[in-house]
Amino acid sequence: MLEIQNITIGYGVCEVVRDVSFSLKDGDILAIVGANGAGKTTLLKSLNATLPLMNGGILLEGKPLENYSRREIARKITVIAQENETKFPISVLDFVLAGRFAHGGNFGWESERDMQIALDSLEICDLQNYESRVMNQLSGGERQRVILARALATEAQILLLDEPTTNLDLSHQALMFRLVKERCKGCGSAAIVITHDLNLASEFADEVLLLKRGQMIAKGNPAEIFTEENLQEIFGIRVLLDENPISKNVRITTIY
Amino acid sequence: MRTRKKIDKKFSTSLRLGGLFFALLVLAVLAAIYFGSEKLAFFELSGSDKAILFDIRLPRILLGASVGAALALAGASLQSLLRNPLAEPYLLGVSNGAALGTMLAFVFFAQFEFARPVMAFTGASLATFVVYQMAKSPAGMNVERLVLSGVIVTTFLSSIIVLFTSLLDATKLRSFTFWLLGDLSQATWNGFYLSFGAVLVGILVLLKNARALNLMMIGERDAFDFGVEVNKTRLAVFATSSLLVGTAVAASGSVGYVGLIIPHIVRLAIGSDNRLVIPFSALAGAIFVVSADTVARVAIAPRELPVGAITALIGAPMFIYLLRRS
Repeated sequence: MLEIQNITIGYGVCEVVRDVSFSLKDGDILAIVGANGAGKTTLLKSLNATLPLMNGGILLEGKPLENYSRREIARKITVIAQENETKFPISVLDFVLAGRFAHGGNFGWESERDMQIALDSLEICDLQNYESRVMNQLSGGERQRVILARALATEAQILLLDEPTTNLDLSHQALMFRLVKERCKGCGSAAIVITHDLNLASEFADEVLLLKRGQMIAKGNPAEIFTEENLQEIFGIRVLLDENPISKNVRITTIY
Repeated sequence: MRTRKKIDKKFSTSLRLGGLFFALLVLAVLAAIYFGSEKLAFFELSGSDKAILFDIRLPRILLGASVGAALALAGASLQSLLRNPLAEPYLLGVSNGAALGTMLAFVFFAQFEFARPVMAFTGASLATFVVYQMAKSPAGMNVERLVLSGVIVTTFLSSIIVLFTSLLDATKLRSFTFWLLGDLSQATWNGFYLSFGAVLVGILVLLKNARALNLMMIGERDAFDFGVEVNKTRLAVFATSSLLVGTAVAASGSVGYVGLIIPHIVRLAIGSDNRLVIPFSALAGAIFVVSADTVARVAIAPRELPVGAITALIGAPMFIYLLRRS
């Protein structure tokens, strides 16, 4: 559903992401892994046309991304950004309803359906009875879940998540990934997730993309990608790799 | 059903409040008709009473309502757009830009009545653009930067205005000083029609962008991600507020602080949803300026105060309060 062809992105003359190509299929969860400053966020921002491409192209459902209007893109692609602007004292329900903007008209008021979807999204994110709480009075983790609820409320088929678990406690990290996974497996959505938690990537991602100084150096399933050599190259650390005895996925332990 | 109830509740509260505001506006207008240096008996108007009512008092009251609505609309939309409760046309120098434009039209194109609002609109747009460019920084726009940029532009424009006023003769100077402070005594029917037309256009454009503005209040990046054409909305709001302020200032000078006080009170009453804040601000702004002008007319009758003096008297302390809170 998303085809990325040789894209180069930068600020001014400085190229931050160079010549990256990959494709995202229905139901896929793709994890982008790389060191700080490797260009992960820049890459993600270009995928919903927030940042212009210097080179290459992106096809959304076979059509070039630049042929879509802002509303059309927002209906198909949603993001959970890294630095979120949530300091405005707005109620949780109104915040989540903002996710329905692209579905309404110009003089739009929310329909009954919009309201229902917003309430459902809050409920699956473990936020029942939060509707009238105010955003700037929530904890970081609660806010993060509200942001997920808003993203889910868009009903977009592609989810772009930039370090979505940063502020979450263990149970809500798992909840976040379970919800994303359910969306992808159940509704044929697809997700691209930037994460520093390699074990979560190993558990939940179908594919992992390694990014180093703006270039893609490997892509494949977690077991292929999470090797001692690759992790040494990306992070310059030594790791112990074994198998998670329950899920049978590769498990990564840092050796300090 | 839970969802139906939520939507209905929002509507019924706003309908009730809308009715209340409308009744208050009618009341304010009736009071304004009655009070004045000449008290008018509603039901037995003599010939001279009629002249006072239809040639002087009524255009003035209606212009006051229209100017109040225009300034409150401009303030409400600028505050949402710039995410800053202190954004106000008078404080940002937009009113002064319009005043300078009006003045230039007055000096150079005195024979064309319509040159004044056109030049006022141009001046307001330029001032808006300059303040926005000055206040913008890579790190975003904070309260202090915006207010300081406004102060700089305001004082700069004021000095040019003073330059021109010193060329006027003594009689013109007095009426001009009054006008600069915000004065409705020069009201004409034409002035009212023009200002009211701008208010109608303004409400329509702003309501069309109200939901987008709601998202932009949360954050511009965010709004863009969720489907708002941020640049288009910004341009629409800047152009509309310049139109509103331009026509208001051309007719009545710089009535200050209306755009600050009114949206603030409206938000306290109904929350920050722009789809409600915008129409309610228009109504409340009209009530406020009509009432303030009534006070200005009767406080030291038979002499008059400029209405801008009354609004500033209430607005300045409120500005300090809001600045301390933000």
